[in-house]
Amino acid sequence: MSIFVCNSCKKEIDEEQFLENLNVCPNCGKHYYLDSWSRIKTLTDENSFNEIGKEINSVDFLNFTDLKSYKLRLEEARQKSKVSEAIIVGSAKISGFDVGIGVMDFSFMGGSMGSVVGERIKRLADYVISKEIPLIIVCASGGARMQEGIISLMQMVKTVSAVKRVKEKGLLYLSIITDPTTGGVSASFATVADIIISEPGALFCFAGPRVVEQTIKKKLPEDFGLAERNLRNGQVDMILNRKDLKPTLAKLLGIFTKEDKSLIDK
Amino acid sequence: MNNHTNVNNDNKDNKIENLTSKLNKINILKKFSLLSKLSFKNARTNLVSSIKNLKRENRILEKTWEIVTLSRNENRPKTIEYINGIFEDFVELSGDRLCEDDKAIVGGFAKLGERSVAVIGHNKGKNIKERVEFNFGMPNPSGYRKAMRIMEIAQRFNFPLITFIDTPGANPAIEAEDHGQASAISHSIEFMLNLKIPVICIFIGEGGSGGALALAIGNHLVILENSTYSVISPEGCAAILWKDQKEVKKAAAMLKLTAIDLYKLGAVDKILREPKGGAQNSHEKMIHILKNYLKNILTEYDKYSGEELKELRMKKFESFGFFS
Repeated sequence: MSIFVCNSCKKEIDEEQFLENLNVCPNCGKHYYLDSWSRIKTLTDENSFNEIGKEINSVDFLNFTDLKSYKLRLEEARQKSKVSEAIIVGSAKISGFDVGIGVMDFSFMGGSMGSVVGERIKRLADYVISKEIPLIIVCASGGARMQEGIISLMQMVKTVSAVKRVKEKGLLYLSIITDPTTGGVSASFATVADIIISEPGALFCFAGPRVVEQTIKKKLPEDFGLAERNLRNGQVDMILNRKDLKPTLAKLLGIFTKEDKSLIDK
Repeated sequence: MNNHTNVNNDNKDNKIENLTSKLNKINILKKFSLLSKLSFKNARTNLVSSIKNLKRENRILEKTWEIVTLSRNENRPKTIEYINGIFEDFVELSGDRLCEDDKAIVGGFAKLGERSVAVIGHNKGKNIKERVEFNFGMPNPSGYRKAMRIMEIAQRFNFPLITFIDTPGANPAIEAEDHGQASAISHSIEFMLNLKIPVICIFIGEGGSGGALALAIGNHLVILENSTYSVISPEGCAAILWKDQKEVKKAAAMLKLTAIDLYKLGAVDKILREPKGGAQNSHEKMIHILKNYLKNILTEYDKYSGEELKELRMKKFESFGFFS
């Protein structure tokens, strides 16, 4: 049996129990990182997920080299993380409802958004439009991928445009905010959703705490950018514990899919 | 945002020095016939080309940094000068109708010849007093919401929209975050994508990240020769990726933020030449160049219907991306 110490409540946690609890501390409820595949497993019906756009991969088109080349960073990320890019998208069922779902993964270069994240979201949007089903995106990102220069900034517009087409078709778009969601992702598709759900304690802001602190040269409030403050400030619709996400999604899908569509068709 | 960072040139200069001294050494060895002809030739070719490459890289770094500096030059014409110089009868609107009036964004309606137009831009201010008052052109959410108000009116009256981009970025502050900075930017992007009017965006100085992007969703994107547009400031990029503020020049060169680089990547549609040495040297000439260009380009967009303009804009932005 392996044990680790929760960095929030400092209690010793049995790892098996922690995993069973979807990477949430069973003692204090702190929500830890969850990889995309585990997230898909917890949210969607068994074996219902079919990946879209997995064949597209990032390229180092600017020959960007900082301390390491982008090429090398990509190779390392592919080896180190369980995913092929910072987002996995596909079709799935949630409690029997057909949906298109995208799940970002912070372990792949900080969940940063480059061309592939943009293109996969676009293809997912095209798919949900063709099937007339709702769109769900689980966000986790440090922002735009600097190694793709201005083209990464353009992905903000590309993704907003793609999900806009989904909304224009009268289809529901939900975004789920997980820790952390900042920068270019927070200021694009994450915040134009019809309904925004946040996990407890998730950092969700445009400028990160370090940047703001350095600029204003004052200590930030402890809850700066966090879910609970965002709820108070009207930036998210609700905060849900990880285990409550799927049942609430099912409720929302029940409310929005059938009845709404019949109204729109008239 | 910090214009006065110490810049690190030492590494590269040292490398060039080392290679040059090596080259001198082998030249001496050759003189005394201590090197065979062939190995001398090879060694010299390699050294000469290494020195050449380093010098070339250096030149790109210097040239890029010169443009970054020019783009931030305090004497460049600002949005308000362009508005007053290009248009007639400008009437400014204020406030977001929710909580405040953000001075970092200026906007309203005006005439361009026979046409009525909407104009919006980042407001940097021409002296210290103004710059502080306008928060250096770094908008709060209320600024973007004011901009959307103006866009909505433009849409209803079928006026073309012209935006002027010149900002270090959106205001990084507690209140800005509390009032939904991320949401204000994303909604401004969405709002601009939806417009059924011609939208022309002009980069006149600093195009700082999301704060610039929020006003830059146009059918046609124009950049002045010495302006920049970047996903992050060179200072921010150097701090994050190099973990060293001194590497700003390298970061700037890597980011491909100059007009020519942006044009090659398809991120802008037109580069306008500035008066010799930069727009700061002749405001009048710059304004004249831009006014003529604007008049012509607006005529070109007359042939499109509102729906076409919206569709073209969405398609344009959805086509960005390089992948295999």
